[in-house]
Amino acid sequence: MIIKSIDPKTPKSSEITPEFEYINRRRFFGRAGAMVAAATLAACAPKLVPGTDLLPTDIPTYMDELGNKATNFTYIANYNNYYEFTTNKEAVAMVSAKFVTDPWSVEVGGLVNKPMTLGLEDFQKGYTQSERIYRHRCVEGWSMVIPWLGFSLSDLLKKVEPTSAAKYVSFETVFRPDQMVGQASSFYPWPYTEGLRMDEAMNDLTTLATGIYGKDLLPQNGAPIRLVVPWKYGFKSIKSIVKITLTDVEPPTFWDTIAPELYGFFSNVNPGQQNSIRSQVTERRIGENPRIPTLLYNGYDPKVGSLYTGMDLNVYY
Amino acid sequence: MSEEKQSHSYKPKDSNLQEIIRWGSHIGAVIPILVLGVDYFTNNLTANPIQTATQRTGDVALILLVLTLAVTPVLIFYQTNLLKGMRKRLGLYAFFYTCVHLFIFFVLDYGLDWNQLIPLILQKLYLIFGLIAFIILLAMAITSFQWWKKKLAKNWKRLHRLVYLAAILIILHYALAQKGDILFLRGNLILPITYGIITIFLLLLRPLMVRKAARWLVQEIRSISTKRDLRKSK
Repeated sequence: MIIKSIDPKTPKSSEITPEFEYINRRRFFGRAGAMVAAATLAACAPKLVPGTDLLPTDIPTYMDELGNKATNFTYIANYNNYYEFTTNKEAVAMVSAKFVTDPWSVEVGGLVNKPMTLGLEDFQKGYTQSERIYRHRCVEGWSMVIPWLGFSLSDLLKKVEPTSAAKYVSFETVFRPDQMVGQASSFYPWPYTEGLRMDEAMNDLTTLATGIYGKDLLPQNGAPIRLVVPWKYGFKSIKSIVKITLTDVEPPTFWDTIAPELYGFFSNVNPGQQNSIRSQVTERRIGENPRIPTLLYNGYDPKVGSLYTGMDLNVYY
Repeated sequence: MSEEKQSHSYKPKDSNLQEIIRWGSHIGAVIPILVLGVDYFTNNLTANPIQTATQRTGDVALILLVLTLAVTPVLIFYQTNLLKGMRKRLGLYAFFYTCVHLFIFFVLDYGLDWNQLIPLILQKLYLIFGLIAFIILLAMAITSFQWWKKKLAKNWKRLHRLVYLAAILIILHYALAQKGDILFLRGNLILPITYGIITIFLLLLRPLMVRKAARWLVQEIRSISTKRDLRKSK
C-alpha cells in the first residue's frame, strides 16, 4: 500500500519544526512579498526564499515505497514550474508570495447528481488527509519525491455522484492575472486546464493534495488545493484548482492545446516515449547527481498498468 | 599640416580607448564562466545545477554570437578602428561557451552514455541543428588564424559567411528546445523570437547593396552637416 499512515514512532514534522519557526517563516514570506517587484532581479540571481530552510529536510523516515528518500523541502519550495507566475522556476517562490489562497472555493459540477461548492474548511474537515509519498516526474527530465498531504479524488467524486454519462473529469486553475502575472502572456491558453479519464480519476493514487511535509501547501506548490497524479508527467498535476467538472467528452488540456505533437491527453510517464523534447529514458532526481532510469508509469505500473491494457502508448501518449 | 597635427594628437587617445574596449570585452566575456564556477562551488546553481549550467552557457554563447554578428554592421555606420579584432575575439568566446555547453551536456549530464545519446540525437531536430551549428563554429574557430586566412584566400570569406547559417540554426535549436510550438507561436518563445529578430535584422544589413546605400547615406548626412558647420563658421 502506498498510502502511508503516519507511524506513531515517526517524528511528526511539527515536532521537528517548532510552530514559532513556522510562523516566523511566514513573516519572512511577507517581506519577500514586498519584493515582488524585484522578481526580475531574482531571475538574474535566483535566491532561495528565506526561511524555507527552517523546515524539515533529509528525514530518513520520509521515504517512498521503493525506498527513495523524500526531496529536501528547500528544493520543493524553490524549484517550481508554475507558469501562471513566471516561467523562471527559481523565481516562482518570490513572485507567488502574495498569492491569496484564503478564502477559496472549488466548484464541483457537470454530469453529477449532487453538484457542490466546497470551501477549504470542507476539504480539511470532510476528508481524511493522509501522508502520501509519491515520485514526481517532470517531462523536462527531473524528478522529486514529495510527501504530500491529501486524500483520494475518488472520495470527493463519490460524494457528488457522477451520472452514468460522465466519462471524463476536467480541472481548471484559478484565473487571476492581477496576482498571477504570468497569465498576462498571450503565448498560453489561460486558464490552465487538465483532464483525466473517469477510471484514472477514480484510482486511489489520484490525490487532491492540500499539504507537503505535514504543512499547508505554499503558493508555489499549488496552494491551497491541487491534483497529484504520480504516474503521469508533472504538468498533469494541476495546481490551485477552482473547478472540477465531469463531462462526456475528452476535455482540452493546457499543454496538449499548446503543442499537441509533444504533449497528449494521457501523458503517462514512459521511458519509451520518443516525441517529447527531452529524453525520457533517464531522469535526474533533484539533489542527486547521476541520472537514474525512468520507470514505466513512474514505477506505479502495478497500480495503474491495467488502466491501459491494449493501448499503444506511442499512439495514446 | 593642421590635419596631421590633429591625427597625431588623437592617436594616443584612440589607442588608449581601443585598449580599454579590448580589455573590457575580454573581462565581459570571462565573467559569465567565473560566475558559473562560483555558483557551482557555493551550491547556488538552483536545485538542478547541471541543467541550469547547460542553459546558462547556451544563453551566453548565443548572446556572444549575436554580438559577433553585430560588429560588422556597426562598422558600416561608424568606421572606427576601436573595434579592431573584436569580431574574432567575440566569435572565439562564443565558440568557447559552445564547447562548455556541449561538454556539460555530453559529459556531465549524460556521462557519454552513447546508447542513450545517439538515438536521442537522431530523434530530436533541435540537437541536429545544434550539432551542425557547432561544426560550422568549429571550422571557423580552427581557421580563424592568419595562416588559414591566407591559405584559404577567397574561400575563407565564404566559409566564415556560414556564421549566419550557424546563428539561425542555433536560434532554431533554442526555440525547438523550449516547451511550445514555433509554427503556432505558442509556449516559451519570447527569448528565441527576440534573438531571431535581431539576427535577421543584422543579416539584412549585410548585403553589399544595403551596405553601400547605408555608407552613401551616412556620407551625405556628414557632408550636409559639415557644409552647415562651414556656413556657420563663416
